Amino acid sequence: MEMPAPNPVVLARKARVVARLLDVLPKNAVIHDDAETRAYECDALTAYRCPPMIVVLPTSTAEVSDILRICHSEGVPVVPRGSGTSLAGGALPTADCVILGVARMNDVLEVDYDNRIIRVQTGRTNLSVSGAVAEEDFFYAPDPSSQLACAIAGNIAMNSGGAHCLKYGVTTNNLMGVTMVLMDGTVVEMGGAHLDAGGLDLLGVICGSEGQLGVVTEATLRILRKPEGARPILMGYDSNEVAGEVVSVIIKAGVLPVAIEFMDRPCIEACEAFAKAGYPMCEALLIVEVEGSPAEIDHQLGLIKEIAARHNPVELREAQDADEAGRIWLGRKSAFGAMGQINDYMCLDGTIPVSSLPYVLRRIGEMSKEFGLDVANVFHAGDGNMHPLILFDANKPGDLERCEAFGAEILKLCVEAGGCLTGEHGVGIEKRDLMVHQFTAEDLEAQMAVKDVFDPAWLLNPAKVFPLTVSAPRRAVAMAAE
Amino acid sequence: MLTPKDENDLAQMIRGAASPLVVQGGGTRGMQVAGTGLTTAGLTGITLYEPGALTIVARAGTPVAEVEATLATGNQRLAFEPMDHRPLLGTAGTPTIGGVVAANVSGPRRIAVGAARDFMLGLRYVDGQGTIVKNGGRVMKNVTGYDLVRLLTGSHGTLGVITEVSLKVLPCPETEATLVLPGQDIAAAIQAMSAALGSPFEVTGAAHVAAGGRTLLRLEGFGDSVAYRMGRLRDLLRADDAVLQGDESTAEWAALRDVTAFAAAPGDVWRVSVKPSDAPGIVARMGDGVQVQLDWGGGMIWALAPAGTDLRARIGAFSGHATLVRADAATRAALPVFQPEAAAVAALSAGLRAQFDPRGILNPGLMAA
Repeated sequence: MEMPAPNPVVLARKARVVARLLDVLPKNAVIHDDAETRAYECDALTAYRCPPMIVVLPTSTAEVSDILRICHSEGVPVVPRGSGTSLAGGALPTADCVILGVARMNDVLEVDYDNRIIRVQTGRTNLSVSGAVAEEDFFYAPDPSSQLACAIAGNIAMNSGGAHCLKYGVTTNNLMGVTMVLMDGTVVEMGGAHLDAGGLDLLGVICGSEGQLGVVTEATLRILRKPEGARPILMGYDSNEVAGEVVSVIIKAGVLPVAIEFMDRPCIEACEAFAKAGYPMCEALLIVEVEGSPAEIDHQLGLIKEIAARHNPVELREAQDADEAGRIWLGRKSAFGAMGQINDYMCLDGTIPVSSLPYVLRRIGEMSKEFGLDVANVFHAGDGNMHPLILFDANKPGDLERCEAFGAEILKLCVEAGGCLTGEHGVGIEKRDLMVHQFTAEDLEAQMAVKDVFDPAWLLNPAKVFPLTVSAPRRAVAMAAE
Repeated sequence: MLTPKDENDLAQMIRGAASPLVVQGGGTRGMQVAGTGLTTAGLTGITLYEPGALTIVARAGTPVAEVEATLATGNQRLAFEPMDHRPLLGTAGTPTIGGVVAANVSGPRRIAVGAARDFMLGLRYVDGQGTIVKNGGRVMKNVTGYDLVRLLTGSHGTLGVITEVSLKVLPCPETEATLVLPGQDIAAAIQAMSAALGSPFEVTGAAHVAAGGRTLLRLEGFGDSVAYRMGRLRDLLRADDAVLQGDESTAEWAALRDVTAFAAAPGDVWRVSVKPSDAPGIVARMGDGVQVQLDWGGGMIWALAPAGTDLRARIGAFSGHATLVRADAATRAALPVFQPEAAAVAALSAGLRAQFDPRGILNPGLMAA
């Protein structure tokens, strides 16, 4: 994965930039020693690493504004960072950049149950937002699987999803307002405790802009009352086609489960070996969870069981208590750990129309043989978000490159099937150069025109999202301006 | 009136336009500015409907009624409950799905399931230079590139002319019921609605009408479940009041959605989005001679004010925004339709308009001077 060469003019200014940052920040908030900046050399896409020039760890919007104003005037690129859990390289530094980490900004600013909102600093972790309102039985709905560690800042940057978004939506559907700092240091307020934009929906375009439009320092989030209860059911089938059909029939029947998870045979086998959850050995396993009052759950599960039974399941198991529910989820929740035990793996994130599921899984199986790499599939079936896990050996020369080539082919297949490159992880550097398969030059130009407005000098996270060749003219102008 | 027959035709018309274009679908929502009319009414047809994937794709000029009728065959619906502006504004014409999206039109259920913008999966549009652009797609989870889908939704034709939209849909519930609490003032209504919306009983409508001080709380779903939740909700609110069932409930919410209470009354109509707990104070500041109807648990104030009233001036500074939905020409000339934005935000909006429509020919002046 290519990254642009560092700007020597910026590198030569390091001492001056450090000095100016120390004018506005306490000493322990500016890291510039090479041994210490190394801790920020990568995010969760660990195959790519590059220590940044400087790391800053502000504690307030005012400090973020000062930092950006200084970096803007010195022409220094800034890479914002939440908790560094991006699987797409969204927080990967360049050697000439300042990493702006929001991890120390983790206060809860306001909890308002009457208006059903919480306002937090964006370094706060996703799970601890729910934790802050748990005593009143409220929660924050988007639940990415990294929720224990990932920050709201990163959730907003990537418009993160989760397993329950079929019912509750993703980050953009639960984000009501932000305080954001533009690259020139201007502080902007958008949205708040009221609904919808009074003018253009700028909040909508900021969410998912991968830290390229501004640094979001505070967020107003919608909180919801927890449902009375939830219960999963597990079903196994002899073919992917039948499992896909069951999903479609359940949805057509008017039932809206909160989650429908799909696992294929390689994934079932790996999870079973790892977690011993008692899964049936079959081609396709579905976990469907419904929630609501006891009456609602019984009614929905009744309909689902009737549909499931009509399609000749290998196994049909309804949780009778919390313990059984836990066992049903155990295997699925340990899928990534199970894969990690077998080998290194790369996790993809393409989305497809649910109707293309059997075709796409068949093609992935064929490609797996062509590339000589095993692949297991877990899949949010209700919303079409696939997570193929390609196994490879990082210590074997050429394996990573082969894995990346295989991954690229899978993502192109998702686009060809009517889907997209990324459902919830973001583009980052990982899928940057594949964007031309989903978008025309005009489509990409329209997106880059938005960045031109928010960050005319292209200093915020500049080498991400757009293919380097496509963004080159704009980044060259930024370099030349130095 | 320019009526392009397809997307390429539209692109050519925009490229060839030398003066401002008034972009509209069926022209039912009263947002026209001065210029040459351009309607998407010729771009029609549902291009994809997949009930099992909860997805519909339609060209912008497709009548809303046709979209709803098609969804009804799969027992599904546009869950954000778009308002029909014709009764309130006295407009004729056929509301289009593109118009709903361009104006981000949502009804009472917005409080529970989200606005039109939350159901948008993808769109195609032609910008002010005649360039055809697509963004998003037809799948429910998609974070590939910037989200221009939400930027264009609610942009009222000022960034581009939407030609096709892709929407998430939801199943129709088996039944609905509405609890009616009579004789409440606004403060009591906000309290009851907040308690209901903060309960686990999945309230999908929370409104208050001044006539009779009625507060209405709607539940939807499977019959047994609605009955159970209604019982629990009544316990929570200590309410032994009347419950409207089925069609009676449906009719009530259709009238609330379309604000028909203000249809025949003279005066301007404003739509004010606020923090629900601020509503009593803001309504008080609106002053004498203003009638209100609350939706979205108190977060949306519909206000009927004497013609020419500068309601924003009366309210003063507040967190939210006020839109002038119905007014005569003199008032429209004197007061902006949309809430003036803070300087930094206004600069960003203006910058985006300059990028998407550099010649300033798409609905100029509608959203900002």
